[in-house]
Amino acid sequence: MRRSSTFLYSVLCFGYAFLYLPILVLMLYSFNNARLATVWGGFSTRWYSALLENAQILDAALLSLQIAVVSATVATLLGTLAALGLNRMGRYRGRTLFTGMIAAPLVMPEVITGLSLLLFVSLQELTGWPSSRGANTITIAHITFSMAYVAVIVQSRLASMDHSLEEAAMDLGGRPFAVTLDITLPLVAPAMAAGWLLAFTLSLDDLVISSFTSGAGASTLPMVIFSKVKLGVTPEINALATIIIGIVTVGVLIAGWTMLRQQRVNPGH
Amino acid sequence: MSTVVNPGKRDRLWRGVVIATPYLWLLLFFLIPFAIVLKISFADPLVAQPPFSPFFDWTATTGDRILATLDNYRFLLEDKLYLVSYLKSIKIALISTALCLLLGFPMAYAIALTPYPWRNLLLLLVILPFWTSFLLRVYAWMVMLGKQGLINHLLISSGLIDEPLQMLYTDGAVYLGIVYTYVPFMILPLYATLEKLDLDLNEAAADLGARPHQIFRDITLPLALPGIIAGCLLVFIPALGEYVIPALLGGLDSLMIGRTLYDEFFVNRDWPLASAVAVVLLLILILPIMLFQRLQQESDA
Repeated sequence: MRRSSTFLYSVLCFGYAFLYLPILVLMLYSFNNARLATVWGGFSTRWYSALLENAQILDAALLSLQIAVVSATVATLLGTLAALGLNRMGRYRGRTLFTGMIAAPLVMPEVITGLSLLLFVSLQELTGWPSSRGANTITIAHITFSMAYVAVIVQSRLASMDHSLEEAAMDLGGRPFAVTLDITLPLVAPAMAAGWLLAFTLSLDDLVISSFTSGAGASTLPMVIFSKVKLGVTPEINALATIIIGIVTVGVLIAGWTMLRQQRVNPGH
Repeated sequence: MSTVVNPGKRDRLWRGVVIATPYLWLLLFFLIPFAIVLKISFADPLVAQPPFSPFFDWTATTGDRILATLDNYRFLLEDKLYLVSYLKSIKIALISTALCLLLGFPMAYAIALTPYPWRNLLLLLVILPFWTSFLLRVYAWMVMLGKQGLINHLLISSGLIDEPLQMLYTDGAVYLGIVYTYVPFMILPLYATLEKLDLDLNEAAADLGARPHQIFRDITLPLALPGIIAGCLLVFIPALGEYVIPALLGGLDSLMIGRTLYDEFFVNRDWPLASAVAVVLLLILILPIMLFQRLQQESDA
């Protein structure tokens, strides 16, 4: 067994090097004074200053953040309702279709989701709505695919939860609305928070569906990044990547650390 | 300003709101759009706004009101480009999935054998890339693989090669990019099944004289099978329709179907043909998707 575990841990080390080396190299080069990737021209923060002066990138970042906050919030509301509808509402007609519509966006290739939403919004001539394509249509598209992720996360929490509290409240005469609000929602709040964060990240990162649904109306941050790096390595994007990855890493580490602490305080979970 | 409502009625109203709101949203923005794709895939392209012919011709007075055409699908079969794109996508997705399994299985196994609290840290390191930008992680490989990238630089300065190798914009770079971005999707379901493995079984088998490769083949592998299938589907399904990776890392000839569809839409503006490409892509994916759903339902039950 000794030899096989040596093999397993060698592959593990190789795997982590494979996962993290390119990102570390990218971060290192963001501080490179030279424009060419290979030549080390000394330490410099010039690409960061260039980034801060790049109005196109800053505008796109702001737009992406707005879309991400709005779409994550609406997706969390709709996704939580969907999870309740699948898990706490018993049987009703059309439930199978509902289950399918929740599951399908998770596995649907982005190009197909993007194409179908674009064809849909391009029927605006018939209905007069939406009046233009841009941030609003991107937001609708993001809500649609990320509410499915929220629904899955909240639903798995609902499924693993003890029903007895809710049943006790019902037996004591609590109305379903009040029971949901006072008992179910506080219990699924951590899952809703996780769902919001995931929806936020998915929205911030989405390129394909945004490109399909935005028309010429708006450019999100991934769309600007994509149009720049398609032509080759861009030092300003290295700086941007370092900032984004830095923020995300710190956020995930804090979240992971908090969760571990909670587990220690509360070993039942 | 409060109106007295019969509580039973209010409960039904609440139930109605909970079910109907997300239901209607998904009908409107998921199912109907997809029905439109299906419909337009049977239309003729037109130079007009919208650029496709109507499905029904309500002005026709004779019985010939349905204007559906199979031309787009016929074209997909006749023009080699599409067939080659589909086959190439399937090949790339299959090989990448196998590579992810080869890398992911030992990683997941090693994590499952690691004692706590180190195991949490190792898991966190697998999950972290999920939260970092997919686009930027693909881009990181452009920095590594380019003619002036790090790898070529190291190879040249170590004297192994004189001329930079063409690594970026090749199929090899596409495989690398897919394995890189999707291997966490393989590791997590594998870990979830391997974590539950009973190591006493291995010891019992060893005590009875089984060799390590026999233990692996007859005990570990069959018990890990649900995780292997789930992981493979989680890699294969998104890899098949991948757009960003072939667009950034692949050469001009790396026509994966996601890229062909995108170009058909944005460059040629042929909406009916793009829709037909999408419908056929979905038909190819239906089997793996249904398999995945069944697997999920079994593990939930």
